[in-house]
Amino acid sequence: MPQILMPALSPTMEEGKLAKWLVKVGDKVSPGDVLAEIETDKATMEVESVDEGTVSEIMIEEGTEGVKVNTPIAMVLGEGEEPGEGNTPAAQASSSDPEGESAVPETAAVPVQPKSDAGAEAPKFVAQNDPDMPTDVEMVEMTVRQALNEAMAEEMRRDKDVFIIGEEVAQYQGAYKITQNLLQEFGPERVVDTPITEHGFAGLAVGAAFAGLKPIVEFMTWNFAMQAIDQIINSAAKQLYMSGGQVTAPMVFRGPNGAAARVAAQHSQDYSAWYSHVPGLTVIAPYSAADAKGLLKAAIRSPNPVVFLENEILYGSTGLVPKVDDYVLPIGKARVAREGKDVTIASFSMGMRYATQATEKLVAAGVDVELIDLRTLRPMDSDTVIESVKKTGRLVTVEEGWPQGGIGAELAMRVMEGAFDYLDAPVMRVTGKDVPMPYAANLEKLALPNVDEVIAAVNAVTYRS
Amino acid sequence: MARKATALKATAQPNVPQFTAEQEMEAFRDMLLVRRFEEKAGQMYGMGLIGGFCHLYIGQEAVVTGITMASEKGKDAQITGYRDHGHMLVMGLDPKGVMAELTGRQGGLSKGKGGSMHMFSNEHRFYGGNGIVGAQASLGTGLAFASKYKGDNSVSITYFGDGAANQGQVYESFNMAKLWNLPVVYIIENNKYAMGTSIERAAATTDFSKRGASFDIPGEQVDGMDVRMVFDAAKRAIEWARSGKGPYILEMLTYRYRGHSMSDPAKYRTKDEVTKYRQERDPIEQVRKRLLEGGSVTEDDLKKIETDIRAVVTEAADFATNDAEPDASELWTDITIEA
Repeated sequence: MPQILMPALSPTMEEGKLAKWLVKVGDKVSPGDVLAEIETDKATMEVESVDEGTVSEIMIEEGTEGVKVNTPIAMVLGEGEEPGEGNTPAAQASSSDPEGESAVPETAAVPVQPKSDAGAEAPKFVAQNDPDMPTDVEMVEMTVRQALNEAMAEEMRRDKDVFIIGEEVAQYQGAYKITQNLLQEFGPERVVDTPITEHGFAGLAVGAAFAGLKPIVEFMTWNFAMQAIDQIINSAAKQLYMSGGQVTAPMVFRGPNGAAARVAAQHSQDYSAWYSHVPGLTVIAPYSAADAKGLLKAAIRSPNPVVFLENEILYGSTGLVPKVDDYVLPIGKARVAREGKDVTIASFSMGMRYATQATEKLVAAGVDVELIDLRTLRPMDSDTVIESVKKTGRLVTVEEGWPQGGIGAELAMRVMEGAFDYLDAPVMRVTGKDVPMPYAANLEKLALPNVDEVIAAVNAVTYRS
Repeated sequence: MARKATALKATAQPNVPQFTAEQEMEAFRDMLLVRRFEEKAGQMYGMGLIGGFCHLYIGQEAVVTGITMASEKGKDAQITGYRDHGHMLVMGLDPKGVMAELTGRQGGLSKGKGGSMHMFSNEHRFYGGNGIVGAQASLGTGLAFASKYKGDNSVSITYFGDGAANQGQVYESFNMAKLWNLPVVYIIENNKYAMGTSIERAAATTDFSKRGASFDIPGEQVDGMDVRMVFDAAKRAIEWARSGKGPYILEMLTYRYRGHSMSDPAKYRTKDEVTKYRQERDPIEQVRKRLLEGGSVTEDDLKKIETDIRAVVTEAADFATNDAEPDASELWTDITIEA
């Protein structure tokens, strides 16, 4: 009957030393009795008996080194069992199944072949196009702030499971007034002021999303969300996968991201690359008022956790937003802000301001720039950028974040993979400088990207001087 | 001192609530299922069928059993950390699905993609299975927030250990739970060791039932080795939360017999300490003794239950051993939901 096998005692153990036997042939053993001590490179471990029985044979002498995992080391017979009555291994101790069956048949150790090849391809995300607007649609000028506010109000009217939670979102009307008037319209149950506890209220919101609600978590700035990043990534982003598709976290984490003005290192970080790194998250970083509205509405309706990166400096900038009942934009689709044939500039969020101003000057100087606003960073619409580079042969990326592992670095790689033969010049990045944000006005200016740097990069890749 | 107090408390409990024979049998069956299942999981880990981390619940069975008996199954939500097998079994999740998840097979509760620490069930309202110490305190508070928001009158039962009890987000959660009077019962499973660090070496104050005091959250220390005491306290706490009075803390004085995880040599405590708990305080043996002394149940009746449970565990192990690994295409599913 059952052999006791050399057990694996850790995720990585392959062999060990049988240091000491604490039983001898003929001993009766009960559950929990220590049978032997095993030494690995990490520790000495005890092997316990799981069931009743009598030790009938010891196969590996104590002191033996390099005993491979699953080698039979002893035989323990249950009541009424005969030696040689089957040979099914049962680790650590004998089985005393009344039916005489072992839980683990001999075929057990043979791994079952998976049905398909190991090289399954990642599915390709295909975004929809922007909705067609009627030609006579009325365009309304509004700030990004108003656009975001309208998006939330409309979605809260549409779906009672949507609520907003964060610091100063209710009575104070929002630290940056993005939630203005929401308390008055929706009441304190749906517009919830929190204590200053990002880690706790982010986790609370994720739990509420597990239970079927659709929280909008406002971080006063994304800098403070570092306290909550564990909940965003470990609890929200990974949940669907870890649960085999059962439990979802349909929610939006939003707030201003990146540098404001003169608030120094701890309040001036761009997290675009950080969150775009994480499978399971959707990451959106709009520039225009229309995109802010259409994409925030899409984010709130998304069944996935969405990181929505706004920008404090852009809150007050204005743009035209179509006046339609339900303006929802597709997630994962870049916007070609200007068509051109000489060079491609790809950017997002605040970077688009530098890129747009540079484009105006470059076009005036006779350079036909194609300007692309990524809008969504995950899933990233690199197809639009690659198609553009196939036409222009040149790419400049613009972002406020640090260069290493940045969005520009990712785009350069994707263009190399997708349009290497079309490139007429190396891709160039314009980024924030590789330093913590300084406070002094002159140093801060130097640390941020600027229009001249974008123009210089375009000149370099187009070989103009 | 704390250890002594624990043992004394266990013998000096006044007015021990009595179980009916049916309740004793239910508790016996549930706890035994967890015990046998976990022993089998330990065996299968030793054989290399289960990988990674594997945290067994052996010794702590009375906690989840008594609490689940006091809860409304299918309505009240439960959430815990990574020592989660027992919670699922007692809540009624399929032992085959749990074991197959441990072996990483397609029939596992998370299709083999979660493993020991990540299993969930919307149907049974079990929200994991969470691998980051203390994260479930905030998440569980959120389950209670959703209950209040929706007005569904459910209670969130949020378990964490003595180790997690020192995490900052636990107190952020306590604060919000009391501030908004959310229906949550925090169960602190104090098994005396956070991995290898005893509570005396990790906690400035070791009476965890008082950890809500500065938020005005009531707390009780409970003999977590006696399923009747657990049940009785849980009834009280759950009723408190359901009636709108807000959160409640139950510190369960319990003990794990095995190491923190399978690879723990457990050198931080004496063999005598473990033996003492096993011999004098074992939650299953307490019930067995009472059942037999009560006279309505015979040794044979209990043997029959043991046989039935062994069959369930054998079936689970068999399924988990022979079920196919997930298809390679599963690598790319369940990352996001296509809108």
